[in-house]
Amino acid sequence: MRIALFVTCLADAVFPDVGRATVTLLERLGHEAVFPPTQTCCGQMHVNTGYQREAVPLVRHHVEAFEPYDVVVAPSGSCVGSVRHQHAMVARGAGDEALAGRATAVAARTYELSELLVDVLGVEDVGAYFPHRVTYHPTCHSLRMLRVDDKPLRLLRQVRGMTLLELPDADQCCGFGGTFALKNADTSTAMLADKMRNVVASGAEVATAGDSSCLMHIGGGLSRLRTGTRTLHLAEILAATA
Amino acid sequence: MGHLRGEQSFPDAARGALADSQLRRNLGHATTTIRGKRAAVVAECDDWEELRLAGEALKSSTMARLDQHLVELEERVTARGGVVHWARDAHEANAIVTRLVRETGETEVVKVKSMATQEIGLNDALAEAGITAQETDLAELIVQLGGDLGSHILVPAIHRNRAEIREIFLREMPGVDPELTAEPRRLAEAARLYLRERFLRAKVAISGANFGVAESGTLLVVESEGNGRMCLTLPETLITVMGIEKVVPTWQDLEVFLQLLPRSSTGERMNPYTSAWTGVTPGDGPQAFHLVLLDNGRTATLADEVGRAALHCIKCSACLNVCPVYERAGGHAYGSVYPGPIGAVLSPQLTGVEDNASLPYASSLCGACFDACPVRIDIPSLLVRLRAQHVDANRGGVPSPEAAAMAAASWVMADHRRFAAAETASRLGRLLGRSTGRIGSLPPPLDAWTGSRDLPRPPAESFRQWWARERGQGRARERGQS
Repeated sequence: MRIALFVTCLADAVFPDVGRATVTLLERLGHEAVFPPTQTCCGQMHVNTGYQREAVPLVRHHVEAFEPYDVVVAPSGSCVGSVRHQHAMVARGAGDEALAGRATAVAARTYELSELLVDVLGVEDVGAYFPHRVTYHPTCHSLRMLRVDDKPLRLLRQVRGMTLLELPDADQCCGFGGTFALKNADTSTAMLADKMRNVVASGAEVATAGDSSCLMHIGGGLSRLRTGTRTLHLAEILAATA
Repeated sequence: MGHLRGEQSFPDAARGALADSQLRRNLGHATTTIRGKRAAVVAECDDWEELRLAGEALKSSTMARLDQHLVELEERVTARGGVVHWARDAHEANAIVTRLVRETGETEVVKVKSMATQEIGLNDALAEAGITAQETDLAELIVQLGGDLGSHILVPAIHRNRAEIREIFLREMPGVDPELTAEPRRLAEAARLYLRERFLRAKVAISGANFGVAESGTLLVVESEGNGRMCLTLPETLITVMGIEKVVPTWQDLEVFLQLLPRSSTGERMNPYTSAWTGVTPGDGPQAFHLVLLDNGRTATLADEVGRAALHCIKCSACLNVCPVYERAGGHAYGSVYPGPIGAVLSPQLTGVEDNASLPYASSLCGACFDACPVRIDIPSLLVRLRAQHVDANRGGVPSPEAAAMAAASWVMADHRRFAAAETASRLGRLLGRSTGRIGSLPPPLDAWTGSRDLPRPPAESFRQWWARERGQGRARERGQS
């Protein structure tokens, strides 16, 4: 299958390894990954901070970049959440019904990584090998906006050599929340502290999730406290082989 | 507007609570307990999602014809011997209630726990008129005796623990047993003795209402302790203050709400006391009944086709108990009698968003509140919408640094060449954190991030550069040439 990769602006600029891992994984499963080169950002940061008008050109740009493709995947629950739940709303807010319709059509073909693997490609064992102790944080948008359910866990359970450890209070937000982390830095930090305590309590060497943004938050805290626990995106674990 | 607006912004008000370890423990313990109870009783219902959908649909259709339902309610209440008063705002409502109490000649009233009277600041208004209002709900009593403000819709004293309550009782309750311990049974007994005397003395009671049934003119109060029922039956005069959104068209609608409310709010299958009264009944209960219908920003909220969903709230407080922000920052940080996620959408809508501009941002948008809401209020989407209203209200004039940054980011990201150039420029960030691979401190405003979190050092190569080099046109050309 020919699959367009929406790498997301954060992975593109800061976590390119996540994009590379996604490509490696899809190709190993026998699919063709393509990177539509005009893509930039879904505009979630603008919408969630209140700058809906500024998000309109980004929505239009995103729709134009991905309209030619039948299947689109992003290694991010929150960016897929934005495409599915915000793009048409932003277009409608700007009075552009035509764009809203096109955005809805693109959204219907856009999948988060675990959704693509399990629902579209029908695989749970992706042939990965990762001999480490891992705990999984289900990010809020994957969990509650996309309802990916236990798909990431089903994929992780098939990874050879890996010990999957339960994360206490897994469904609690890590406190990132985009600009929330800056506007309410103290509350965000308090939420992060509890998340880190649970990650450490799980006994894992690696905390994984389907969103680079949440991992940037959790990983940024773990590194500051010298916990010796690191973060890796789900795609990086699924792409790993012996 | 009454008590809908705080003096501090949410981030400033939250700071104190976040540093108060006792408060954090009290809140964490209480919300975890009630979350567990709620989850267990909700799981017992096979049709929970259908009930939520029914609750949402009933609220939507009621709001669409709220004027007709309210007029019907007024007619039925009047026909059954009650008197209906309409109050545009907190000031009018307080003036009406004060006048009604004065006309009885009494200077003391007992109160049933009520958010509407909290909202309008009724107790303060009555105090100014020389009337003492005695709260009878246990948690409200603790808050009142402690000279404190409630911090939770259902459990106003959630921020207090047993030891603190014992201290408050010993200090403020006349004639309390000096040997009082912090045992819950002993504390409840002390409150019971204190309140019993007041119930028997009271000639006037003031309540709110959980529901007002239009077709029969019946008002309902749902509670756990029975103190409300004492107030609703013993005094001679009953004055009820009800937000206009609390009306339901028919008795049958209660079938849905009386299942949703107790499970969501106290984690019980059914609440212990449901009291319903219709006008006055000769020889039984209060012989004078007044209903004050309160607007206080509600019709303005109703005029907003999307935002009116906030008025669907049945004040169960399930959203507070699951909210990670509420759990850490506590209720006082919201500066309103309506704390938590629903408060963050309701208060700014009732007062106008510029009066509570920091509240729509007091959420990480994690969505737990939407999942918990028994009438499916999409709180995260409403918050995002209020943020846009706030930003739009501040357009024109000199843009704030944030607005300038957002406009610049929009311009850069609307074109992939500009975005790629910006990525290259951001690689200057590699000068930072060269020794550790992590950036540990940045200048304002980004120090809000690095105060507690490292930032990864930008990579040497962006994904799109890697793609162009490895898989893109560059490589294809190479292949073609070789």
